[in-house]
Formats: sequence, structure tokens, C-alpha cells
Amino acid sequence: MVGITSYGAYIPLLRISRKTISGATGWLGSIGLPGEKAVANYDEDSLTMAVAASIDCLGKLDREKVDELYFATTTSPYRERQGAVIVATALDLRPDIRTADFSNSIKAGTTALLSASDTLKAGSAESVLVCASDCRQGKAGGAQEQSCGDGAAALLLGDDGVIATLEGSYSLSYDFVDYWRMEGDRFNRSWEDRWIRDTGYSKFIPEAISGLLSKYNLTIKDFAKVVYPSLYPREHASIGKKLGAEPEQIQDQIFATAGDTGTAYSLMMVVAALEDSKPGDKILVVSYGNGCDALFLEVTGEVEKARDRRGIKGHLSSKKELDSYERYATFRDVLAVDTGRRGEEIGVTQLSTLWRERRMVLGLCGSKCRRCGTPQIPRQIVCVNPSCGAVGEMDVYRFSDKKGRLITYTGDALAPSPNPPAIYGVVAFEGGGRYNFDITDCELDSLSVDMPIEMSFRRKYRDESRGIHGYFWKATPERA
Amino acid sequence: MAEGIKDRVAIIGMGCTKFGERWDDGADDLIVEAFMEAMEDAGIEKKDIGAAWTGTCYEETSVGKSSIPLSVALKLPFIPSTRVENWCATGSEALRGACYAVAAGAYDICLALGVEKLKDTGYGGLPQNEVQWGTVRRFVDANQTAPGMFAMLATRYFSRYGINPDEGKRMIAMVSAKSHRNGALNPKAHLRREVTVEQIINAPIVAWPLGLFDCCGVSDGAAAAIVTRADMAKQFRPDPVYVKALQISASSGEEMLYDDDWTHVESSTRAGRSAYQEAGITNPRQQISMAEVHDCFSITEAVTMEDLQFSPRGKVKEDIESGFFELTGELPVQPDGGLKSFGHPIGASGLRMMYEMYKQLQGKAGPRQIKDPQFGLTHNLGGVPSINIASVMIVGL
Repeated sequence: MVGITSYGAYIPLLRISRKTISGATGWLGSIGLPGEKAVANYDEDSLTMAVAASIDCLGKLDREKVDELYFATTTSPYRERQGAVIVATALDLRPDIRTADFSNSIKAGTTALLSASDTLKAGSAESVLVCASDCRQGKAGGAQEQSCGDGAAALLLGDDGVIATLEGSYSLSYDFVDYWRMEGDRFNRSWEDRWIRDTGYSKFIPEAISGLLSKYNLTIKDFAKVVYPSLYPREHASIGKKLGAEPEQIQDQIFATAGDTGTAYSLMMVVAALEDSKPGDKILVVSYGNGCDALFLEVTGEVEKARDRRGIKGHLSSKKELDSYERYATFRDVLAVDTGRRGEEIGVTQLSTLWRERRMVLGLCGSKCRRCGTPQIPRQIVCVNPSCGAVGEMDVYRFSDKKGRLITYTGDALAPSPNPPAIYGVVAFEGGGRYNFDITDCELDSLSVDMPIEMSFRRKYRDESRGIHGYFWKATPERA
Repeated sequence: MAEGIKDRVAIIGMGCTKFGERWDDGADDLIVEAFMEAMEDAGIEKKDIGAAWTGTCYEETSVGKSSIPLSVALKLPFIPSTRVENWCATGSEALRGACYAVAAGAYDICLALGVEKLKDTGYGGLPQNEVQWGTVRRFVDANQTAPGMFAMLATRYFSRYGINPDEGKRMIAMVSAKSHRNGALNPKAHLRREVTVEQIINAPIVAWPLGLFDCCGVSDGAAAAIVTRADMAKQFRPDPVYVKALQISASSGEEMLYDDDWTHVESSTRAGRSAYQEAGITNPRQQISMAEVHDCFSITEAVTMEDLQFSPRGKVKEDIESGFFELTGELPVQPDGGLKSFGHPIGASGLRMMYEMYKQLQGKAGPRQIKDPQFGLTHNLGGVPSINIASVMIVGL
């Protein structure tokens, strides 16, 4: 039986209280929503978060076994250049796989999940990784600036070692134009809030759930958890109540802790539900966006083997408050800050060079000497071990999943950065290999010589004049 | 068996411009200024020069590629002319080329001239050039600058030797204070102001733990040398300065990719060792009279004292505190103010260091004169602590 074989999630370290936002933009008449939202750091976007969630999901599983990768987002950095294949390359997956982006609606996450399930049922693949990630931005002072949060989820699907079988689904598709962005728009637009609440969430979700129940001859009482979104806490509760669900059956939303994470939102709640589930639980899941996808899962005994993920709980509890709206606006590129003349000098990204070096740049792969066993990064042809010196006897060696130790570091006020000082240091990897890396998600004061670090896929630079986002890996202190 | 360079080549003339923010002068002005002083000092004419070497590092922000800028600025009469570049060791590399040409017997007299016009970038610090380490490393290198890379030497050095950050800051501040004191005595220096240890410690941080005064001046300037065969030198002047050693060591990559010490510079250590062997120096701390080392940052100078065997490993703090490297100390270092105070126009710096050793050996260093120097050493480091080119030269009478 096809189903979820592993799960993972990613929520950025930074959170901003919605009070901080409304405190800065209240003069524009902005409303004050409750709670806080997760904020992608200045070097994060939907791609980097999808990679992080996928790493959480894949854990120590054999990446060679992934046959397809689907990436759902409405905020892919590129209009033409597939996001899924960037994620797959960063994860160092095999090249003989199928990759696809699911986009343009925030229900694309569940649509990707259902498509993966159909692919598996058709026998076209044995293992499909579905990741969903969004980093949507509302205009300063608007409701979406407060509601939209940043986050990602990843689910591995297959039919071996299934932790939750995918039992069935029911979909609705409506050209309901609540939120939209045209080609070239940076910020979301929206129609009247009350219409979205009352006609959108409060009608489509019950319709989808009723459709699913009736299709499979189930009742709401059959489910241990019912997962569905609504940006309106009171209406969220009343949707469940009207369907006859008890409050404890309704999965807590992450709206007040992470925000509306778009395509990832319902899948992140699925991850949260799986974290608390026990074998035999049925979970009903609904997404929202130009209609709904509804699906239901049944948890198996295998779920106990997947408890070591950071997931939603781990990521939610590991956070750092961003107490400055100005910094938030800078990180999200709402405020154009002066990085000086120095910051204007961006070199050409040679795409033919990137192609040759893609496993190193996107996948953080170096080499390992077959003769002496020394791992080395960047990749070398002649072994760097002075007592070896073997020529051309290298195997590709992945560093992204290795832990490291910080040999030395600095905080550099001269290097142009949207988050000065630019922090970087020398990382020695467990098992060998060392190099200089940017260090992110930290303050200079929190670093110390020899502290443990891990690697995180990040956006290294943006060359707006040439339409290029450069990605590479940075070091971060081990996330609590 | 290679014979080495010892006593085969002599410097008979040198020139050095005033270093600084030479807003009103271009690289050609600086080239001509350094050249004219060197020619006058050597007492030769342009037609006497057999071949020329020029050193410039950031050609894209100033003179452009090749040796053409030198030959055209000076209207050299179609003689062989070569441009060299080896990061911040470029000036020493130009001198090395000229010396080897003379030692080989190919020419009787050669010119080495280093120049850099840094102050046309529109911002402080060295030029931002993301492909300066190559187009592949552009994808993978950290968002790093020179002060940050050398700051990491301090972070690790302090940690390894149990020096707390306050003590460490004070130790390296004393290095800079000494160089400012010396530089204040030097009319050609860029930054001619004495600063106190407290001012240095409290200055704004550039790259932690290095503050503003831990960093050398970013300057425009040029310096030049005229070299000839040792057996001809006294035809030109009674006090030529003889080359005792010219050594250079380039990183193999193992410091960055394999070793994780980060409290010393391996190439400096090796270049020093080779130079002492070439010059026949067995006890550098005793035998070297004075040195101009590559103090791009205060911590670089401190660590270099250990790399060059002036101080035992981990013990430079004691020598700094005892005044061992002061102008009045047993082994004066940076008598002209160093990169710190004299300034650092990249391609010129190696030759500027030699200019001071040359003047000191000839007894012409004015208020900075060191008593009866025998051997002067220059150490010129190009790159960053974990990957670089280090040059060590020794000269004497």
C-alpha cells in the first residue's frame, strides 16, 4: 500500500512578533494579528527551505533510492529554471530521476502529494520525495505582510516501510480569485477579506471534507485528527464544529507560530499530526487554494521509527526573535539598504562553470582519495595529503551531511552583507576535509573556537542585473 | 648543486614615492617619481638598463595588464619588460626577477618597479573582486575580505595559547602602536600619527578581533630598485647593498584543505628557513639586525615573528611586551612604519620594504637609523593565512 515513508519539515530560526510589524506599520492602518510568524533569513528562500525540509525527511535514508522529486511552491525564484532540480542537485540525488514543479496555487503541495501517490500506484517509481515550501511576501502595512510566514515540509512516499498509508482523496477546483500575483508582481494582491473567509475557507473546506467522507463512506468521528487551514481562528474552530468534530480532533494550526506558509501549510500540519500520532490513527487532511484537495491517511506501526526528525515541534521550539521590523524588511528585500559601492560589484556567474562544478557548488560534494582515504573540498585531482599525492584517484564525497567543528571565525564589517557583520569561519568536517564557509543563523558572540556546526543550503548572492541567484552551503551552529 | 643568489647581485639605486591617498596622481605619475629617484641614486641613465620587471596586482583598477604601462610611462627604449603578479608579494617578485636576470649574466643592470593605484575604487579597503581567486572559487568562497581572513588567525592564536580576547587585543595593539611611532618619523609614510594602545584597542572593529588600527593603510605608491652584478657594483657607488637570499614559498593547498593549525603561516616559515640557509644565517634572532615584515594586520606581524624564528612559537607576546622589536630594541621590526603606517600599495610594498633596509644599511635612515645593521630582512606575504605566497629576502653590506 502506497503511503508516507518519512517526513520532515523546516521552519526558519527567525520569528517576528506580529506586534513588531503592526508597531512599525500601524500608521498605515494595518491590523494587529495574533502571534508571531517565521521569517526566512536574508539568505533563505523557498528553494533553500525545501532542501532543509528534505534533509530532515531523508535523515540517514539512502538518497540513491529516490526516483522522483516534486517541488511545490508559489515563490520559486526562477520563472524558467526548475526549482525541483535545484533541490534534487542540492540533495545530491541521482540524475536519472524525474523532477517537477507544482505551482501557482497554495494547494499545490497536496496536489504534488496526490500526484506522487498516483505515480507510485502506477508503478512508475518506488520512492518519490515531495517537498513544499513558500516564502510569500505582502506589501508593507497590508494584512498579508502579517499573515504570510515562511516554512517547508517534505514527505517521502513509497510502498515499503510506510508510516501512514494514503487511503483516498477528493479534490475541488474553483477559479476563486482570493489571492493572486501576476507575472512580474513581487507582492500578493487580494480581494475582500470577509469574502475569502466566508466563501473561501468556510465553504470549500466543509465541501471537500463532506465529499471525501461520502466518497469513502466515512464519518468525521472515524478520524483521530482533522487537518485543515483557515487564516481566521474563530472560523477555523467553527468549520470543525459544524462538521461534528470534537476540538481535540482538530489539528492545531501553525498560523500563530509560523504563519501561513502557502503550499507548505497543510503539509506542515500533516507532519505535526504524524509527530503526535499512534498506529491505527486515521488523519484527514485538507488544503486550500483555488479549491481544495482532501485526502486521508492511516498511521501504521512504522511511525515509531520516524520520531527522530526535527519536524514541526523541533523547529517551532528552536527560534530566535527578530525584534526589528527594519531588519525584517531588509531581509525580505522590502527595504533597499545601502551596501555601499563595494556591494555593487557582483562578478559574472559563469553558468558553464557552474554546470561542471554543480555537484560541488549545489551538492557540497568534494573528493575522497581512494589511496589514502582523505576527504577534501573543493574537489581535487591531486591528493592534498602531502604524504600521498595520488593523481586522479578520487571518488565523489558528500560533505553536506557531515557535522563539523569550527576551527576559527570572524565577524567582518568590511564585507558587504545585508546582515553585517559578515560572519565566516573555517570548518573541519568529521572524518576529514576543511574549508572556509559563511556562517549564518548566529550572532558573533554565540560562536567559539571548536564548537560543533552543521551545513545548511543557502542563497549566497543575488545578481539582479543578470537574473541569477547563486546558491551554496553555509555553516550554522547546530540547531537546538 | 644550486649555488643560490648570495653575494652575486647588488642594489645600487632605489626610489620610493610618498605613500598615501594620492588623489591627484595616477599610476604613471607614481611610476615616474619612483623611477627618477632610483636612477638618480644609482647615477645611471635609461640606456644603461638591460631589462625591466614591473609588479602590479590589481591591474583592473589601475594600470591594466602587462608591462606596457611601465615601458610606456618611462618610454623605455624597446628593452625587455616583464610584468609579474603574486598577490601582495608582487613587489618582491619584481625584484626577484631583476636579480635573477643579473645573476644569470643575461644583463648587467636591471630595473624592478612596483606600483599600485588603489584609491580609485570608490570605497575603502582593497578592491572587491569576486573572481580574484578564480571563477570556481567565486561559487564556494565565503563573503570574505583580507581583514577577516587574517582576523581568523588571531581568533585561533588567542584560543590556542590561552590568551583571552582582551589580552590578545592588547598584544596586537602594541604591535600597531610601535609601527605608528616609527612611521611618525618617516616623511614618506602614509599615516604619520602616533596612536596609543588604548586608542587602538577602542577603535571600531573592522573584522573581529581586528580594529581599525590593526589594519594597514590602503595607499597609492610606487617603489623601484636598480640592480647590477656584485662585481660591478662599486663602479656605481661605494655602499652597494648585496643580496644574501631571495626565497619564496607558495602554498600547496594543504594548509587550507588538510591542516587546521591556523596559528602560523606555513609558507612564511618555509621561506624563512630557506632564506636563512641561502644566506648562511644560523641564529636569526641574533644575526638579523632588522626586518620589514608583512604587517598587513597586527596579528600577521605577531605570527610572522614566530614564523621567522625571531620568537619561539606561542611566545611572541613576551617579546612584544619587552620591546624587543622596537626601534630601540634588539631586533627592530618595521623601522619605516611598516605596511601599518607607511601604507600598502600592493605591488610596491615588497620594494618599499627593501628601500628601508637599503637606506638603513647605508646609514641614511635619519631619525630612524638603527646602529650598525649587518643583515636586513624583508618578508612579503601575498594571499591569506591559509593560502598564499611568502617571500623572504635578506640583504647586507
